[in-house]
Amino acid sequence: MWQQLFDGLKNEEFMIVAIAEESRGADHARQWIEQAAAQYWCLIDTEHRVADLYGMVNVPQAVWIDAAGRIVRPPENAGSTDHFRLMDRTTRTLAPEHQAARLAARTAYLDAVRDWVLTGRHALPADAATGRMPRVTPEIALAQAHFRLGVWLRRHGNAAEGDAHLAEASRLHPDSWNMWRQAADLDAVGNASGEAFWQRVQALGERPYYPAPEL
Amino acid sequence: MATVLSDQGAMTLAATNGLWLSADDAERATGWVLKPEGMCRDDVCVPLPVREGRVDAAAFWRLLDRPVVSDAAGETWVLGAGAAQRNAALAGLMAPDFTLPDLAGTPHTLSSLRGKQVFLCTWASW
Repeated sequence: MWQQLFDGLKNEEFMIVAIAEESRGADHARQWIEQAAAQYWCLIDTEHRVADLYGMVNVPQAVWIDAAGRIVRPPENAGSTDHFRLMDRTTRTLAPEHQAARLAARTAYLDAVRDWVLTGRHALPADAATGRMPRVTPEIALAQAHFRLGVWLRRHGNAAEGDAHLAEASRLHPDSWNMWRQAADLDAVGNASGEAFWQRVQALGERPYYPAPEL
Repeated sequence: MATVLSDQGAMTLAATNGLWLSADDAERATGWVLKPEGMCRDDVCVPLPVREGRVDAAAFWRLLDRPVVSDAAGETWVLGAGAAQRNAALAGLMAPDFTLPDLAGTPHTLSSLRGKQVFLCTWASW
């Protein structure tokens, strides 16, 4: 979907930087990147460094950066919606009206990005951008350290100890779906959207999984 | 030998007794320089005991109130960024810089895109 956005803005001073938060490494991202025939930057972030630097907690999240390198929209959900929570999990289908609403939300977000590139609209003034910035707590900072160590240990053949650090990271930073789901995926591909994931989503209750971007 | 993971990167260093490092290695791992006043960066110096030319990088990091975690064997250490450090960077609104590889392994640095508007987005296969 980002290639289409990029195609429409080829004549602008604009770049998309798509970060794969992928601790299993490049080969697990390859098929999606090749399928997208992406002409923008597609980078592999095995340690979730970008999420750490920007205080991101889920995918997809996006940050808008102006030509001077300033953040004009802090991390926000990049147009996804919670309609997946209404999915029939046995047939894995979503009612047509929910599919349509989901598509409309995604389109509206991509339209906003396009609008920003062409007209500057939707860029937040500095005080509003600062106000929306995620707050990093000491627990989150410690969680990032455990997560990095856990990924490293797993990659170097010490899964048991690595998993303990990944679990500690999620305990310290329970709002990070990235940490929890990446750890589940490292345990076994597919586990990130298994039964435990759905239970965790259900435990959100009224809280959104994908908070709507405030455009 | 110990592997150290920090904002400076990943490196293997000759550590003793935990994470006691030579001045040069301590600088590589932390970005701070050992001077007579202590470990220094910009205008700030933090006094630190020096033994036979070596400093305890883990103790130094804790003095800075930044996270230190290691594996049980003491072979791999993470000197993490502190909450205050991350918050200050974000409050300044300048996009934190990073260098990451593409599928072919070629590194790309965000700040090299200065002059362009950038839509930085994340995704995952999981």
